Amino acid sequence: MSSIAQKKGFGATIWDYLTTVDHKKIAILYLISGGFFFIVGGIEAMLIRIQLAQPDNDFISAGFYNQILTMHGTTMIFLAAMPLLFAFMNAVVPLQIGARDVAFPFLNSLGFWMFFFGGIFLNLSWFMGGAPDAGWTSYASLSLASPGHGIDFYALGLQISGGGTLIAGINFLVTIINMRAPGMTYMRMPLFTWSTFVASALILFAFPPLTVGLFFMIFDRMFGANFFDHTMGGNTIIWEHLFWIFGHPEVYILILPAFGIFSEIFATFSRKRLFGYSAMVFATVLIGFLGFMVWVHHMFTVGMGPTANAIFAVATMAIAVPTGVKIFNWLLTMWGGSIKFTTAMLYAVGFIPTFVAGGVTGIMQAAAPLDYQLHDSYFIVAHFHYVIVGGVVLGLLAGLHFYWPLMFNTMLNETLGKLTFWLFFIGFHLTFFIQHFLGLLGMPRRVFTYGANQGWDLYNAISSFGAIFMAIGVAILVANIFMTISKNQAVGNDPWGDGRTLEWAIPQPVPFYNFKQTPLVRGLDTFWIEKQEGNKEGMLYAEPISDIHMPNNSIIPFVMSFGLFVGAFGALFNGEKSWAIPVLILGLIITFIAMGTRSLKDDLGYHIHKEDLMDTKGGKH
Amino acid sequence: MDLNTKYTPQSWPQHSENATLEGKNKFVGFWLFLGGETVLFASLFATYLALKNKGPSGMEFTTQELYELPLVFIMTMLLLTSSLTSVYAMYHMKNYNFKSMQAWLMVTVLLGAAFLGFEIYEFNHYVHLGFTYSQSAFSSAFFTLVGTHGLHVVIGLGWIILLMLRNSKRGLNLYNAPKFYLAALYWHFIDVVWVFIFTVVYLMGVIG
Amino acid sequence: MMKGIKKWRLFSLLTALMVFLSGCGEEHLSTLTPAGQVGREQFNLMLLSTGIMVLVIVVVLIVYILAIVKFRRSKVGEDVIPTQVEGNHTLELIWTIIPIILLLILTVPTVVSTFNLADVSGMDQKDEDGNATSVTVNVKANLYWWEFEYPDLGIVTAQELVVPTKEKVYFNLKAADVKHSFWIPAAGGKMDTNVDNLNTFYLDFDNPSKDLKEGVFYGKCAELCGPSHALMDFKVKSLDRADFNAWVESVKASAEAQTPETDLAQQGQEIFNTSCIACHAVSGAGSTGGVGPNLATFGDRNRVAGYLEYSEENIKKWINNPEEYKPGNLMPQPEKINNGKKFSDQELSALTEYLMGLSVEK
Repeated sequence: MSSIAQKKGFGATIWDYLTTVDHKKIAILYLISGGFFFIVGGIEAMLIRIQLAQPDNDFISAGFYNQILTMHGTTMIFLAAMPLLFAFMNAVVPLQIGARDVAFPFLNSLGFWMFFFGGIFLNLSWFMGGAPDAGWTSYASLSLASPGHGIDFYALGLQISGGGTLIAGINFLVTIINMRAPGMTYMRMPLFTWSTFVASALILFAFPPLTVGLFFMIFDRMFGANFFDHTMGGNTIIWEHLFWIFGHPEVYILILPAFGIFSEIFATFSRKRLFGYSAMVFATVLIGFLGFMVWVHHMFTVGMGPTANAIFAVATMAIAVPTGVKIFNWLLTMWGGSIKFTTAMLYAVGFIPTFVAGGVTGIMQAAAPLDYQLHDSYFIVAHFHYVIVGGVVLGLLAGLHFYWPLMFNTMLNETLGKLTFWLFFIGFHLTFFIQHFLGLLGMPRRVFTYGANQGWDLYNAISSFGAIFMAIGVAILVANIFMTISKNQAVGNDPWGDGRTLEWAIPQPVPFYNFKQTPLVRGLDTFWIEKQEGNKEGMLYAEPISDIHMPNNSIIPFVMSFGLFVGAFGALFNGEKSWAIPVLILGLIITFIAMGTRSLKDDLGYHIHKEDLMDTKGGKH
Repeated sequence: MDLNTKYTPQSWPQHSENATLEGKNKFVGFWLFLGGETVLFASLFATYLALKNKGPSGMEFTTQELYELPLVFIMTMLLLTSSLTSVYAMYHMKNYNFKSMQAWLMVTVLLGAAFLGFEIYEFNHYVHLGFTYSQSAFSSAFFTLVGTHGLHVVIGLGWIILLMLRNSKRGLNLYNAPKFYLAALYWHFIDVVWVFIFTVVYLMGVIG
Repeated sequence: MMKGIKKWRLFSLLTALMVFLSGCGEEHLSTLTPAGQVGREQFNLMLLSTGIMVLVIVVVLIVYILAIVKFRRSKVGEDVIPTQVEGNHTLELIWTIIPIILLLILTVPTVVSTFNLADVSGMDQKDEDGNATSVTVNVKANLYWWEFEYPDLGIVTAQELVVPTKEKVYFNLKAADVKHSFWIPAAGGKMDTNVDNLNTFYLDFDNPSKDLKEGVFYGKCAELCGPSHALMDFKVKSLDRADFNAWVESVKASAEAQTPETDLAQQGQEIFNTSCIACHAVSGAGSTGGVGPNLATFGDRNRVAGYLEYSEENIKKWINNPEEYKPGNLMPQPEKINNGKKFSDQELSALTEYLMGLSVEK
């Protein structure tokens, strides 16, 4: 896509991407694979809505429906939303803080490939005897009872990709702590960097419980352990706790970066500084913190007693306060500004009422006795789609349009973009608003069909009808992307004209070493400050031009992840096939040899010399 | 960073683990990683406490009958001592005394290996009593918690040995100093986790 | 004159109520038409929280619409650089404190109600004779059917929950195989049936269910439990205390009463006794223990297999191919219990005749 890539042969380009440690290219890898899984998850969603369009439908069989609903949820959360967010974090955060790259470029690549192989492994279940069918929550009694290998694919696949996520989380934390440009104090960091920081901290502390839970599941199903088998003294509620101790922060891991993207967009297209910046930062940190104290609200009906339920109900309601602060700050950012309705801004503007609606139903569910009615009904389905589609997916689509010129130096078509927005937005509300009422009318979630004359027929038909709009919207978006790529019309520096933060100060196409000289940051919205003061050079710089140290590309992350992928098949077939244990060991050996190579062979990187940077080609050979 | 730069104890930086950006990044990143590891062990501890002494009806194994404190006490002493010797190693690294550092790391490795030997003996002993991994929820939780710690010991030993071998010829520099430092940090973490295992699993199991 | 107005007002109130209720789904299934105190308490909490939330939404929307109408660039002017406002402490305080107050208003009834609904102390109360003063039901959730045991009354049913009105009915909930969740939307919120432990809660019903469309409420399984999770409905019938007592007596007597009346039914009983009786009991007296659902009240059911319309034809279809109608259920295919072949039409007619005669209400 970049001009460098086109000069190379196809094979060389592939090799380049397999071995790259450049955050900008890894961002593209995340974008492509996340986008692919988003389409896959979307197709699964459409199958669900076709099946439920009318009562007593037999388009999909009962067992297959459970596989689809499980894979829809798992794919969308772990393989679409998170990687797409990582795409933007990778593409934007290092530029936004004026860093050369992330702190650990090698680990960045490793994180991506682990996610990738984990996702592929999980989806191979479709072709190897059936996908997981116990829901994305995979509650222990059902998942232990589930025949076939579906749940094994779930546990192993998520374990591998979860490892990648953890690595990425640590990487962004260190990057933001250690590699900010001079002058970029914590309270001058753009909101997207802040939300990436908090989300990464959540990843660091939320994923280990999932890792532990998944290991228990793997050991129980494949290696004879008894964590969840109540006849052997085990306890299935342990899984529920571990899953939700991870699962609740996970939704904040998703939504906080989306909040960050929206904050950047509101400020940029209102031509106005973010209202109440410090309150926004504080609210972000507070939401992250409270995110760990509320997991039991997913378990109000498990029977933990009124004391636990009451405490967690109140704690959950408390989250509404910082979230409300954010909503009002966004509104006041627009207030008195000069709002330009680009596609990205449309998504941001559409996000506010949608997310408020999703937020208030969250408060309703926080009222424990009311949740006894709402829990596991279609009301819940409506609620979490309002926050995850209305918050995260709108954020991702907004980010896609907003950051596309930064990543590719081209601009997505605005007319098609707005068309996509309206189709998606209207379709979304048609599909999900009505589902609140389905829940209130007594429809449980995760049902593969429903009888006629229970008062649900019309509402379900409307819901399925709305889904068509969303599908058309996404199809137009895909077409838009291909058209933009084939046109390849360069847009140049500061493409939106109103860029405020450091990433818009970089020349386009972005040099592979990022800023030639590390910029000096003089305040929040540092690029805006320079522009207002008429700085022709774009930025002030903190250092003279000097040699730049760059990391070497490496295939080792790919090989390490591939080893885990191979080993996972061994674990999966343990006790069933004679080759299982050898394959498990083989996979681990591949990984360990790759790791050993990494630690024994010094990799000191290379330098781009000052002279090369000074000439016009800017260090390109 | 140049691997060939020669240092003297005088020119060697006070905080060699932190002297380069790479070193700083590793330092912060590793501390964060240990934060994640803490949550991981916390989850394992919580599960163990929930499943302690739980098994199929009529199970005869209990913590009181199973554990033998003298053995575990020796293991604890070995690991605590190894933590101390790794501190000595780091002290010598600070003074740019490579040989003494290697020697103390060697002692650390030997103590760690002895610990591991006792642990293997202990596990083997339990299995022979019939307390196998699949015997009950209690056994699964016990072996997973203590075994995960054991796995950390193995990784820590492997790491330190690899570092010692790889750098035996070329001595200390600012590229490998952070690595030695972090390996030692990891070893302390393992030690701290063991203190909790000793208290929560063994002491509270036998006495509490 | 005054009387007329009063009548008129009553009438309009009723009309409004009707319009409202018609948007509330089916009365036997909807949480919006609570059938008892528990459901009503939850419904009221919903009204309160919805009210507060609508207030919030309205405020947000007003600011929002004003902002995007007044400050669009086409109105403001292309080259205007707006004042770069940092923030406003008074505003920040306002939109922190007011939500806190609103939430406190919601918190109080939430906490009170949480404790109220968990109060099952009345469960073990006995009168002077040592009989339980209230009805307790042991619910056992199975793949994919429900067993209701009344331990104090010495009876057991399957798929049919019968409860007295105007008193608290207590439930002990447990799952036999995988986790399910016990939910009667019209009566109140759900409670999970775990495999590991017993859960307890209560529900209550104001009126007998006979005035409802089908004469009964319906309950659902709310936790994904396998392929046929969607097909796990059960029937809930509320009766006046006197009717309930009579029903209990007739279930107790069902062991003797279940004698087939026709020859066909007689024949059906013989088939039943060779092929089905290993799993299915036909007496409602006693306690739990059946592998399959207790069929003592089969003739009183409203549905076959939990979800099919109650008809001879459906019973036959179900018996001869349970896997097709309820994937993943544990009832053996006829080949397994009938010497390797399906039941013949004649056998099916006999079985159906016999089964439909198993009734305590007729």
